Amino acid sequence: MALYRTVQLSGCARMCVSVARPYSTVARSPSTPLPLRSKLLFFLSQHFYDVEQLLSWSSWLRNWTLRRKNTFYSYTQEQYGNNVAAAFYILSLKGGFRFSGQSEWFRPNEKGKFSWDFVNFQEHPIEEVDVSGTVINCTGLDNLVSQKNLRTLSLRGCREVDDWFLSRLHIFQESLEELNLSGCPRISVGGLCALHHLRKLRKLDLSSLPRVQNPGLVRILLEEVLPHCHITGVEYDEGLQAFQEEKDSEALSSTGTGA
Amino acid sequence: FHSHRNINQDVSLTVPPAQLAAMRKHAVRAMPGSDWQPLEITPGLPPERADVVIVGGGVVGWSVAYWLKRKERIRDGVRVLVVEKDPTYSQASTVLSVGGIRQQFSLPENIHLSLASAEFLRSINEHLGVLNEDPVDLQFNHSGYLFIASEKGAGIMEENYRTQRYAGAKVTLLSPAQVKEKFPWLNTEGVALASYGLENEGWFDPWSLLNALRRKAISMGVYQCFGEVTGFRYSTHSMPTDDSHQMSFKRIRYVNVRMPNSLEYQPVECAIVVNAAGAHSGKVADLAGIGSGPKDTLAAVPVPVEPRKRYVYVLHCPDGPGLDTPFLIDYSGVYCRREGLGGNYIAGLSPEEEEEPDTRDLEVDYNFFQDRIWPLLAHRVPAFECTKVASAWAGYYDYNTFDQNCILGLHPLVNNMYFATGFSGHGLQQSPAAGRALAELILDGGFRTLDLSALGFERIFHQEPVLERSIV
Repeated sequence: MALYRTVQLSGCARMCVSVARPYSTVARSPSTPLPLRSKLLFFLSQHFYDVEQLLSWSSWLRNWTLRRKNTFYSYTQEQYGNNVAAAFYILSLKGGFRFSGQSEWFRPNEKGKFSWDFVNFQEHPIEEVDVSGTVINCTGLDNLVSQKNLRTLSLRGCREVDDWFLSRLHIFQESLEELNLSGCPRISVGGLCALHHLRKLRKLDLSSLPRVQNPGLVRILLEEVLPHCHITGVEYDEGLQAFQEEKDSEALSSTGTGA
Repeated sequence: FHSHRNINQDVSLTVPPAQLAAMRKHAVRAMPGSDWQPLEITPGLPPERADVVIVGGGVVGWSVAYWLKRKERIRDGVRVLVVEKDPTYSQASTVLSVGGIRQQFSLPENIHLSLASAEFLRSINEHLGVLNEDPVDLQFNHSGYLFIASEKGAGIMEENYRTQRYAGAKVTLLSPAQVKEKFPWLNTEGVALASYGLENEGWFDPWSLLNALRRKAISMGVYQCFGEVTGFRYSTHSMPTDDSHQMSFKRIRYVNVRMPNSLEYQPVECAIVVNAAGAHSGKVADLAGIGSGPKDTLAAVPVPVEPRKRYVYVLHCPDGPGLDTPFLIDYSGVYCRREGLGGNYIAGLSPEEEEEPDTRDLEVDYNFFQDRIWPLLAHRVPAFECTKVASAWAGYYDYNTFDQNCILGLHPLVNNMYFATGFSGHGLQQSPAAGRALAELILDGGFRTLDLSALGFERIFHQEPVLERSIV
């Protein structure tokens, strides 16, 4: 494969490459070194147009598969109704759900296969949804808009759930009672402040949200706004401890260097 | 006779490490691929030729640059140059903005611009992600806008609500009882109706958006120059109209960009000029000779954009409204939003025409808060009766004196000057969509995604203002 060398432009020319990198769960600061393979790939993309274009295609493909997984299941909705469409969407995402009036959950097995019995429950709305670890995102909620009886929603470890997703949860404000947001790396305070719409919320799990800086303070503020909700996973002094440790370490270092 | 000496210790062959480093640097500069030049030239000069020169490096200017590069069909198909006067952005409207985005307008074009911008911000990492750089963090607070209307404005608010729902905005109307139940800290005296945005509304950090657009645009090959546009060199040709009057049309050939703190300037030969200079767009348009024609002709109509100073006050109130505080806009015009988690709030008010402050500098008048804002604010939110002004700043609106809506489009008399200005306080929230619209105008010849022809120059020449029925 002929690799076309990029022209070295001088002056105020191009600096870095226009390719989206895969969003990592931990925001990598520029100081932590990249693994060797990524460094090599980055070096090549800086010097060869082909590599740059391949990387841009691969990130476009990644976004396209995400959009495809979260597309609106209009055909299923026309043929079988809202509930079956929502059920099919959740199963395709490899999540699980429970119809209202039924006691057993519908889930795909480890290989991703699921039974098609859910097609018989066209009249039953969905009551509990568990999409932990899936790639559900904000546009995917279009499939669940019709489920006005949704009581439990578990979004544990969903890497695509972000503040915009939380801002759309107001559609469940009459019915949602349990919400599990632990381990979602993209959620921050901006999205949590949109949860005040959920008047019926009784249980909220906010453990291990890496982008929330002051989890204890956020818990206090949310409890003010949602008085009947029980928030788990966060202690009141989380976020304070780091400050106390900083003060201690500052005191230690000043006594060490001052004298 | 020399005694046996180890050749490695010979004095003439050992070179001190500092000198070695200098020699290595010299060698690198001598190799091809270095930017050493025998004749010293001023650093930071713009290129001598560019296809599109964007005057103004705020969020609108960089948005246009980004979309131009994104829409070009071949690599380096369009050479774009963004000229910004102030590298510190100390007086730029973008960074001094309060940062809100809403869809609650009465003009459908405004609603669509805002909706499209929210759509852009939602998938901002798809659009503006750069390899090996941190993802963009806008710090978007999804708290929604709450507009409050009195008896007089309730009818208009209902009609606006219908327009907004028809355009696709997620807005809901609330009665005073519902407002009291949702926001118990609000005083509902005098409130007849309230309009609350449920999705795509809130506020974010304008500096991160500006930097994200700038980083991505530069990585796609946009040239950035810090300098001031001091003049245009244009050619004029005149044509007779049907009733034998001469109309003269201009075409800009060169843009004179003057370097900061210097008299040196570079004439940049260009094909298209985009005026995205914000509050100073009127001055830039004057440089092109717009508005200096014979009286009562089209050539005498200037671009009606001028800077207007607006104050923003940061308040501290420990007992104020909590995490669910929306961006509150009262019918008296006063607005207030939460800032951070520490009981700080941001408030402001658009002054009346008669009491417009002086725009020569950005000094803050604290009496304005005491006399005008605080009574109205304390009446609406009783908790703000005991509040302290922690700090304040002032910024410019690029105020469209004609009808306070943006001007997007080609000027009829200057054949290659596009305008993306006059946003009157909505520049930040409409910038991604306005940039895309202008890039479509330039590269595709017409609007493709949103039809914004109602916001062009025709309305100014025909004297038909396109007015927004709600304020702020």
